[in-house]
Amino acid sequence: MNYIWLGIILISFIFGALTGRLNDVVNAIFSGAKSAIDVVIILAGIMTFWLGIMKIAEKSGIVNFISKLLQPIAKLLFPEIPKGDRAIGDIAMNFSANALGLSNAATPMGLKAMERLQELNKDKNSASNSMCMLLSMNTAGFQLIPATVIAILAANGAKNPTEIIIPTLIVTSCAFLCAITAARLCAKLCPPQKDSEVSE
Amino acid sequence: MLKSVIDIISLYTLPVIIMAILVWAVFKKIPVYETFIEGAKDGIKVCGNIIPYLVAIIVAISMLRASGFIEFLASHCSAILTAIHLPPDILPLTIVRSLSGSASLGVFTDIIQHNDVNSYSAKLAAIMLGSSETTFYVLAVYFGSVGIKKFRYAIFTGLFADIMGIAFAILVANFFFG
Repeated sequence: MNYIWLGIILISFIFGALTGRLNDVVNAIFSGAKSAIDVVIILAGIMTFWLGIMKIAEKSGIVNFISKLLQPIAKLLFPEIPKGDRAIGDIAMNFSANALGLSNAATPMGLKAMERLQELNKDKNSASNSMCMLLSMNTAGFQLIPATVIAILAANGAKNPTEIIIPTLIVTSCAFLCAITAARLCAKLCPPQKDSEVSE
Repeated sequence: MLKSVIDIISLYTLPVIIMAILVWAVFKKIPVYETFIEGAKDGIKVCGNIIPYLVAIIVAISMLRASGFIEFLASHCSAILTAIHLPPDILPLTIVRSLSGSASLGVFTDIIQHNDVNSYSAKLAAIMLGSSETTFYVLAVYFGSVGIKKFRYAIFTGLFADIMGIAFAILVANFFFG
């Protein structure tokens, strides 16, 4: 991440200077910082709401029930998570919310799962295999119905906006399978470096 | 017909989920209001944790977009693009969709308005956008919330899925609409 971040910033400055858009690049620092905070503010309200609802789901045993139900699949994808742990329930709810296109609900659920995975994680600075798997599932963005895209197509006068559903489903499933396969392979090929940094 | 079914599903999923959770909790004699408050307390804390990560990534990506680098790539890769059956006007979307959600929506709207909304380009763009998630945003938010600084192979698997998604999108769009 160090190199990627540094690379993006260096390319931006150098390229901006070459094309005479350095001023725009500098302004982008301020506008980018502002839009990051805008994103956080939008997220804060909905996050607070869903964390509240999730607590109710947790206490009433729904999360645990889902954890037990999905134990066989979870064992395959998240072998490091203890059997029946509530992290599995959170992950399952995160995945379902994503699949249903409820990204507002999916993020708080995913973050709740991350919180639990961090408790299980040995090196608090470095991502665990389970975290990388959860992130791979989320970055692949599996979704049953791309409602936003259909809405934009429809708003712009597409004849048959829903015809993209099946092709999109095929693509998103394939990409998702690639992501989780890659994550499993990476977990085996590059095990976490043990205590390479100061452990807290 | 299908469109209205989807509208109904989109409208009802959220209310049904929230109702189900609440009704079950009441059945289990959980004090719903107090429990809600207990869980909701963490909302701001989690968001506070995310701020530095999100500022780092969004600032860097805004700078990259402002520098014109993405358009430069797009205009200089058209030869490769035609070879893999990718219309050149789609390229900005293939790059932006991993970086920024709002920018992707903007680029997508731009594509369908500059081309015909029923064109091959528009459909391919729709499939690409519908099948992707903003990888860098997800990484920043999820790892940021728990203070993970070393992402290990998560960046690689995220970008790998994005690239495979683009490849599959081209294949599938060719098959359905080519």
